[in-house]
Amino acid sequence: MTRRTFLGMPGPRDGGPGEHPVTAPRGVGHLRGDESFPAAARKALADPQLRRNLAHATTTIRGKSARVIAELPDWQQLRDAGSALKADTMARLPELLEELEAAVTAAGGVVHWATDANQANRIVADLVRATGADRVIKVKSMATQEIGLNEALQEAGVTPVETDLAELIVQLGDDRPSHILVPAIHRNRAEIREIFLRAMPGVDPGLTDEPAVLAAAARRYLRETFLRTPVAVSGANFAIAETGTLAVVESEGNGRMCLTLPDTLITVMGIEKVVPTWQDLEVFLQLLPRSSTGERMNPYTSMWTGVTPGDGPQNVHLVLLDNGRSAVLADPAGRQALHCIRCSACLNVCPVYERTGGHAYGSVYPGPIGAVLSPQLTGVPDNASLPYASSLCGACYDACPVRIDIPSMLVHLRNQAPHPRTESAAMAAAAYTMDRPRLYAAAQRAARLTRLAGRRGRGLPPPLTGWTASRDLPDPPPETFRDWWARR
Amino acid sequence: MRIALFVTCLADTMFPAAAQATVRLLERLGHEVVFPAEQTCCGQMHINTGYQKDAVPLVRRHVRTFAGYDVVVAPSGSCVGSVRHQHAMVAAAAGDEGLAARAGDVAARTYELSELLVDVLGVEDVGAYYPHRVTYHPTCHSLRVLRVGDKPVRLLRRVRGLDLVELPAADQCCGFGGTFAVKNADTSTAMLTDKMRHVLATGADVCTAGDASCLMHIGGGLSRLHTGVRTVHLAEILAATEAAR
Repeated sequence: MTRRTFLGMPGPRDGGPGEHPVTAPRGVGHLRGDESFPAAARKALADPQLRRNLAHATTTIRGKSARVIAELPDWQQLRDAGSALKADTMARLPELLEELEAAVTAAGGVVHWATDANQANRIVADLVRATGADRVIKVKSMATQEIGLNEALQEAGVTPVETDLAELIVQLGDDRPSHILVPAIHRNRAEIREIFLRAMPGVDPGLTDEPAVLAAAARRYLRETFLRTPVAVSGANFAIAETGTLAVVESEGNGRMCLTLPDTLITVMGIEKVVPTWQDLEVFLQLLPRSSTGERMNPYTSMWTGVTPGDGPQNVHLVLLDNGRSAVLADPAGRQALHCIRCSACLNVCPVYERTGGHAYGSVYPGPIGAVLSPQLTGVPDNASLPYASSLCGACYDACPVRIDIPSMLVHLRNQAPHPRTESAAMAAAAYTMDRPRLYAAAQRAARLTRLAGRRGRGLPPPLTGWTASRDLPDPPPETFRDWWARR
Repeated sequence: MRIALFVTCLADTMFPAAAQATVRLLERLGHEVVFPAEQTCCGQMHINTGYQKDAVPLVRRHVRTFAGYDVVVAPSGSCVGSVRHQHAMVAAAAGDEGLAARAGDVAARTYELSELLVDVLGVEDVGAYYPHRVTYHPTCHSLRVLRVGDKPVRLLRRVRGLDLVELPAADQCCGFGGTFAVKNADTSTAMLTDKMRHVLATGADVCTAGDASCLMHIGGGLSRLHTGVRTVHLAEILAATEAAR
């Protein structure tokens, strides 16, 4: 598909054959890690507190979610509906975005189109600067984390204050989020108390680690900030094309403060978040809370349509972010990644995520969905280890409320990863041998003799040392099955 | 019934006992087992490691080898999963629609052992005797790709002498995942450790499953730690009889 269909999108790149799809640029944002997944995972696995915090948190959320999902007799049909709505949306994304732009504009909002992170950051920084504000309050948002907006604002002399409690913990701790929904899932309350004592302005030095006390401390700090900051930046969970309505769902009410108190509200939203009609929200507002926080409905659902004179923000902006999404859309086998509603169910059920946590993935999108989405947004070579960060156990596919077939997508993306030369050679040799039964039988016997000659199950050569570091190999059998069968 | 055995390369090379048990079991139940010798490997390792193109000749070979049989059985949920859910896709991606269609035909007649016994042959009591305390690990691909459900457990419950104990957190992956176990050895080991912890908590002396690969992984860990707990393929338990002891 061509890219020129997006209304107002600058510079359509009309590639002839061979032109690479436009991916998220390097040097900005948080889609790429500093090291490979196995290297980063190794460090995370060695952190006992992290392991304990993650196991506790994911087990708790899994249980809560399973209980409320079991209450709905039509859960599988809801998943089908969510999946179908997303497939339909992606099939006509350009026209839905044009419809959204027209509706937002008609309601008094201003729509901006950003091809990538740099452009989006520039647009937001310019909008904030135009208000004269030197501080913004932020609603928890994955899109702004993805593009590194906080860093860009700081460079522009603007201080961003995260108001989601967990995001605030991450920001005060000079840390990185490690979960889509629970960004500070890697922290326990004792660690949070220490972060608050160290970094929260005006905090009571007698702070305890009681959850209610910690929440009260954050509330005191945030309330003051809400009242004194005239600009807010948010993401959006959904945007309704037919009405131009934007929606944010959250649990704390801090988001609603940001969305209602300031004069200026700037929303940065990935282009895949659009849904066609109001009625479609019915499906997603059932799927999302049960899959994410394990709640029947989310505590705060805020929706706004452009500007309402005299009520709420009087300057409303919507920044529509591509940043590699058109490239994802262009791949029919990978497109499903754009169906994600950021519920995190796949993280919570993933045996890999449960043990490594989110930082090991390098990107703001961790877990199974991150292992497919991040490499697609950046191009697979920039996140080459992520499609392999899965045992293909399939728990993510079963948990996904919009039925994204993550295991198949991981397998698909592995074909695009650069392969180590020795591995390629070994795979080619194995395929060659396995296509020749006589050669194959000879190789089986040779392997057996080699094993018999060596010590039992230890000290295989690299890269197979990874196996024998913690696992024995079985003793070689006296004969192969086909030899047994032949002599039978 | 005439049943073609898809032995799988791993069972052929490393775990022939599981394949021999499959033969003995089916013959004991009165069926004819044939072994098409042209078979080698279904190509799952290549497909799942990002070498889909290299797997095309293996898919072609597999389809050609088994095209003439009405029923094909493998003692592996994972390899049947690849045949059923990947072969046609690989062929189609390579532009060979004819192969994709034939792969679909073969897939529709290919069964994992517990599926064959319960769904096709309609048997749950296979007349086995196995006097051990056993816990069953449902492998990910038999559980979530093939959806074999409780078929293996129904078969095990009818084995005389067998004390079946439930495995805690049974649906959690053991951490094998093919080349995952090597490429992400540390994470894989962390997953394996939890699986072993649960196996040991049951007090079972045997851990069984329908996949030699996962058993190789769990068994390799149990052996390294000298736990004294063995891994035994489901086929071997179902093939065991009092007379054979």
